[in-house]
Amino acid sequence: MPIQILYLLLASLLPMQLPAESEVIGFEALVNQLHVNSYKEKEAIIKQIATLKDSRKVTILQTMQDGDLYYRQSDKKIVYRKKTGDQYRITDVLSKQDLGLVDSGTIKKIKVNNKLRRILRSVVARLSLEDDDVDVRLTAVNNIVKNINDSGAELLRESMPAEQDEDVRAAMKTGIALMDVLSDEPSVRHEAVDVLAQSVYPAAKSRLEDILEKDEAGNYIETDVQLLKKARSGIENIDSKLEVYSFLETAFFGLSLGSVLLLIAVGLAITFGVMGVINMAHGELMMIGAYTTYVVQLMMPNHIDYSLFVAIPLAFVVAGLFGVAIERSVIRFLYGRPLETLLATFGISLILQQMVRSIFSPLNRSVATPEWMSGSFEVNAALSLTYNRFYVIIFSLLVFFFLLALLKKTSLGLQVRAVSQNRPMAKAMGVRSEWVDALTFGLGSGIAGVAGVALSQLTNVGPNLGQTYIIDSFMVVVFGGVGNLWGTFVSAMSLGVFNKFLEPSTGAVLAKILVLVLIILFIQKRPRGMFPQKGRAVEN
Amino acid sequence: MKHNVLKKFALFASAATLTMGMQATLAADTIKVGVLHSLSGTMAISETTLKDTMLMLVEEQNKKGGVLGKKLEAVVVDPASNWPLFAEKARELIQKEKVAVTFGCWTSVSRKSALPVFEELNGLLFYPVQYEGEESSKNVFYTGAAPNQQAIPAVDYLMNEIGVKRWVLAGTDYVYPRTTNKILEAYLKAKGVKSKDIMINYTPFGHADWQSIVADIKKFGSKGKKTAVVSTINGDANVPFYKELGNQGVSAEDIPVVAFSVGEEELSGIDTKPLVGHLAAWNYFMSVENEDNTAFIKAWKKFIKNDKRVTNDPMEAHVIGFNMWVKAVEKAGTTDTDAVEAAMIGISVPNLTGGIATMMPNHHLTKPVLIGEIQEDGQFDTVWQTKGTVVGDAWSDYLPGSKDVVSDWRKPLACGNYNVKTKKCSGQNYK
Repeated sequence: MPIQILYLLLASLLPMQLPAESEVIGFEALVNQLHVNSYKEKEAIIKQIATLKDSRKVTILQTMQDGDLYYRQSDKKIVYRKKTGDQYRITDVLSKQDLGLVDSGTIKKIKVNNKLRRILRSVVARLSLEDDDVDVRLTAVNNIVKNINDSGAELLRESMPAEQDEDVRAAMKTGIALMDVLSDEPSVRHEAVDVLAQSVYPAAKSRLEDILEKDEAGNYIETDVQLLKKARSGIENIDSKLEVYSFLETAFFGLSLGSVLLLIAVGLAITFGVMGVINMAHGELMMIGAYTTYVVQLMMPNHIDYSLFVAIPLAFVVAGLFGVAIERSVIRFLYGRPLETLLATFGISLILQQMVRSIFSPLNRSVATPEWMSGSFEVNAALSLTYNRFYVIIFSLLVFFFLLALLKKTSLGLQVRAVSQNRPMAKAMGVRSEWVDALTFGLGSGIAGVAGVALSQLTNVGPNLGQTYIIDSFMVVVFGGVGNLWGTFVSAMSLGVFNKFLEPSTGAVLAKILVLVLIILFIQKRPRGMFPQKGRAVEN
Repeated sequence: MKHNVLKKFALFASAATLTMGMQATLAADTIKVGVLHSLSGTMAISETTLKDTMLMLVEEQNKKGGVLGKKLEAVVVDPASNWPLFAEKARELIQKEKVAVTFGCWTSVSRKSALPVFEELNGLLFYPVQYEGEESSKNVFYTGAAPNQQAIPAVDYLMNEIGVKRWVLAGTDYVYPRTTNKILEAYLKAKGVKSKDIMINYTPFGHADWQSIVADIKKFGSKGKKTAVVSTINGDANVPFYKELGNQGVSAEDIPVVAFSVGEEELSGIDTKPLVGHLAAWNYFMSVENEDNTAFIKAWKKFIKNDKRVTNDPMEAHVIGFNMWVKAVEKAGTTDTDAVEAAMIGISVPNLTGGIATMMPNHHLTKPVLIGEIQEDGQFDTVWQTKGTVVGDAWSDYLPGSKDVVSDWRKPLACGNYNVKTKKCSGQNYK
C-alpha cells in the first residue's frame, strides 16, 4: 500500500492532525487549509496536494494561480466565486455545491505571491500534460521547458510516447534536448545539439552559445571539436530563422503603430484636410471618446466584454456633438483666419482638459480591457502577435473605409467635397454650406471620439491623453498631403513601419527625433505632402 | 457626478471666502506656510494630492493650538507644471507672502528651478519626493528617498532574494532616471555583473508604443538566467508598458519589474490586472498595518470626504517633514530660517510605518525601505523590508565624481558639497 504510506508521511508533516482514513479525506483537508496566511505554509500545502491523486486538484490549483480562489470568512470554506449582479455566487470547490449569493465582504481572496505563482505554474503544468486539449498541453510543455530541470525532462520523457500532436512533441523534444546537452555521454550530446539546432526556442540558442563559451585565455572550454562545429552551425541556422521572425514581428509592430496613427489622424484629415480648420482641440475630442468608454464601463460593470461595442457608437455621438457645438459657437466665426482658429481651438482644448479634471479628478481613470482583447496569439516560440494590436489594426481599417465610403458614396460626402472645393459654387447649386460645415466638423470630431475608445485600450485615460497625440496626428496629415484620405492612410502606415524599423538600432528617443527631422526635410521639398490635392481650387 | 462637482464648487467658494476673511483678521498673528504644488497641467495628477495633504496637516495642527501660540495659515500657489513658474511662485511666496516655510515641488527640474530663489532669499523648502541625489542645499530638507534609500536596496533584494543575474534598466529620458541608472550600473558592476548582462533603455516622456522594447526585454530575458527590469519609467508611460508586458505574456514570475514611481495613487487610476505580482520599492505603503498609519488614513479619508482615496509615499514624506518643522520651530522658539535650520538637524519624529525618522546633518532622512508586490486591489503586499532604517546619502558612493563628497550642515563644516580628498567646499555649486 505505497499510497497509504505516502499519505501517512504527509500527515505527519502537516501542522494539523488529519483523519488518516483515506486519500480523499486527506486531499480535502489539505485544500481546506489553503486559507492560511503564511505563504510558507501555503507552499507546503500546495506541494503536498500536488503529490495526491485527485481529479479536482488541477482546477483548484489553476484557479489559485489566477488569483480567483476565495474563502468564506465565516467558516473558512474554500470557494470559487462568480459575479452575478452586485453580488457573487459562490460554489464549494470540493463538493461543487452551490452556496448561494453573497456580498463581496463575506468572502476573502486567497493571496498568492510571485513565488507561489511560480510553484503553482510548474505544478499545474505537470498535471496538464495529459489534458485532452492540445493547447493546454502545449502551454504546459512550454511552461516546463521555460524552467527545465532534470525532473522536468524526466516527466517529458515519460509522456512523450503517448503524445500524438506534432507541435507538442517538438516542444517536448526541445525540452529533453536542453537537459541532454548537459549529459556526459558524447552521442547523447550530439543528438541533443542536432535537435536544438532546429528549434526556435530562445533557451535552445543560449544553450548552444554556452557550448561555445571560452575560458579566460580565449580557448574553448568544450574539448569535443565536432560538437563545437555542430553548435556553431546550429546557431547560424537558428539565427537565420530568427531573422525572418524578427522581421515579421517588426513589420507587425510597425503596422500596429501605423494603425494607431491612422486612427488618430483620420478625423483630423476631415477637419483639417477637407475643411482647412486647424483644430488644436482634436486630441481632447479623443479624450472625450476615451472618457465615454470609462463612463460606459461604469454603467455596465457586469458586461465589460461588450462595453466597447456600446462605447464606440456612443463616443462617436458624444464627441460629434461636442464638435458641432465647437463649430457653431467658435469656429464658424473664424473661417479663413487660420491663426485665430489655432489660438481659439487651443483655448478650447485647455477648457476641455480642465473640465475633465473638475468632473473626473486629475487622476487617470481605470478602463478595463475585455477578456477577448488580452493576451497574444503564439505562432511559435519566437513569434507571437498580441490580440489588442491585432484588433486595433482591423478597427482602424474599418473606420478608414467607412469614412472613405461616406465621402465617396453618399450625398453628404458629395456636398462636403463640393463645399471644400468651391464654396460659392456649391452655394449657388443649393448646398447649405453652413449646415455642411457643422456636419463635417461633427463627423471629424466623432471619428476622433471613436479613436479615443481604441486609445483607452492602449494607454492612460486621463486629462493629458489628447496632448500626447495631437502632434503625431498633425504630422501624419501634413506628411500625407492635406485633403487626401488615402494620403493620410499611406503616411500613417509608412511612418509607423519606418519608426519601428528604426527603433531597434537607434532607440526610441532618437527614432522619434529622426522621423520628425525627415518629415521636416520632406515638407521643405514637397510642401503639400506626399499626395497633394490637385486642381484650380487648391491654387488660391 | 454633477452633485459632487457642485459640492466641490461650494466647498471651494466657502474655503476661499474663509481664507480671505482670515487673512484680514489674523494677518498679524499667524505663521504662513507656503504650498508650492502644481494644481493644473501635467503634474496636477500627482501634486494636487500633496496640496490637500498640507491643508489637512495645517488644519490638524491648528486644532492642536497651532505653533508657538500662533495659528498656521496655508498659502497655496499654483505653478501650473511650468518649471520657470516654480521660481517665480517661490519668490512670490517668500517676498510677498513672507511665508516661514514652503512645502513643495515634485519633479527634479522644478526643484532645480526654484532652488536658486530659496538660496538667494534664504527661504526654507521641504521636498517630499524620491529623487536622484547629488544635491544638498542649506535651504532644502529632502524628505523623500535618496537613491540609496530606494534603488540600491531594491536591487539588493532582487539580487539576493530572487537571484536575478541579468538586468534591464528602463527609464524615461530625463535627469532622475539617467542619474539613478548611472548609479545602479556602477553598483551592479561593482557587484560583478558583466556589461553584457545589463541592458539600458530610455524612452521619451509619455511613451505609448512599447511593442519593440517589450519584445527586446523578452528576448533579453530568455537567455536562461533570471532577469528583472528596474524601472524608472515616469508616471503616464507606465500603463501602456505594463499592458504590453501582460499582452506579450511576460509575467511577474518570469521577469519581475520593480518600479520606483508607481505608487498607490497611480495604481488607483488603472486596470491593475496586468500589474499583479510586479514590484515597487518605497519607504511607505498604505497597506502597512500600524496604529499611526491607520489613524492617518482615517483622517485623510475624512478630510478629503472620499472613502476611496488612497495614501502614498510622498504624502508620508510631507507628514514627516511637517511634524519635524513644527518640532524644530518649537525647539528654536522662532520661525527664523537660520534658527529653524540649525534646530532641524537631529529632530526625530515617528514615521507611519512604525519606525523613527531622524533628520541627518546632510538634510536627508533615515527611512526604512519596503518592497511590495502589486495586488489586484491596487495595494502593495510587503514582501521584504530593510532591518532598520537607512540613512539618506546625498552624494552617491558609486559615482566617480561624488564618491569623495560629503554633506554636513553642522558647524563648523556647514557645507553641502565638501570634498574629503581635496578638503575643499564647493558651496552651493552642485556640478
